[in-house]
Amino acid sequence: MTMDKSMNVLIVDDYKTMLRIIRNLLKQIDFNNVEEATDGGEALSKLRAGSFGLVISDWNMQPMTGLQLLQEVRADARLKTTPFIMITAESKTENVVAAKQAGVSNYIVKPFNAETLRDKIEKVLGHA
Amino acid sequence: MPDTPLAGEAALRARLDRIRTRHPDPAPEAVAEVVRAVLATLEGDLTATETALLGEVAELGRTIAAAKAEIAALRVQDINVNHIPSATDELDAIVAHTAEATESILETCETLDRVAGKLAVETQRELSAQLQDATTRIYEACSFQDITGQRITKVVATLKTIEAKVAHIIAAFGDRRRDAESGPLPEEPPVEELLHGPQLPANAMDQTDIDKLLASFD
Repeated sequence: MTMDKSMNVLIVDDYKTMLRIIRNLLKQIDFNNVEEATDGGEALSKLRAGSFGLVISDWNMQPMTGLQLLQEVRADARLKTTPFIMITAESKTENVVAAKQAGVSNYIVKPFNAETLRDKIEKVLGHA
Repeated sequence: MPDTPLAGEAALRARLDRIRTRHPDPAPEAVAEVVRAVLATLEGDLTATETALLGEVAELGRTIAAAKAEIAALRVQDINVNHIPSATDELDAIVAHTAEATESILETCETLDRVAGKLAVETQRELSAQLQDATTRIYEACSFQDITGQRITKVVATLKTIEAKVAHIIAAFGDRRRDAESGPLPEEPPVEELLHGPQLPANAMDQTDIDKLLASFD
């Protein structure tokens, strides 16, 4: 079974340069259907309005953080099984534990490389 | 009928309270002057101990006045008027310039990616792969901008806290005319729980540590 790279991926970061970097890295591994949101609230609206196979989100955003977005996603009956990867500079144990308890699918610490991104996506989508 | 000692003490306290209300923040030099005047009028009526004590109080007033003059001479207000605003402007400029440069680098990379894509459909797949590999490394490196931006934001927040505290020190020890303007020390902005920003490399968990921690939940 091969990974469905035609799925819609939502990337969430309040820093546009980072969105651009992740979008380009995803494109290089053939994920071309990528949408962007610049905070948790906008992401949640897009998730509820559309159909996404993967969410890749930063943590440190205002007014809704990535952790709050994750909690909202897991509390939503339609969205709760959507794979969710956190990409963040928050590297304290308490952050990783909080994200895991909230139901994160995987956790990438910044700065990261393309290999790590590809590896975590494959693991999350069940094709490691 | 004379006041009992307790009644006398209560009357004295009440009087002191009234004076404090009328003069909530007396200047030390004014207190020293009053003490000197009182000493002059009471000369001969006081015991040696009382005279020495009042002399100490007058000296204390002079010491406080001298300390205030020294603080004023240090021009502490320059920290807030010049140094901190200048430092935060410089840091903002660093963020703006590096963001601009990063955007330009990314734009160039995207052009290279498009060229690599065209090579891929022709015969030069190996060259295409080399080009794409190079652009991947550049994309990865460009994420420095995000990390440095977050670190600089933390430094700016620290500088702003210092600025507020220096303003309060100046108001308390420097120009008395600013007292009314300064008001109470502003509350520090609440730190959002679990938002620490990037850690210094020596203190931070790397991806391997995080992977192990996540695996421990399975």
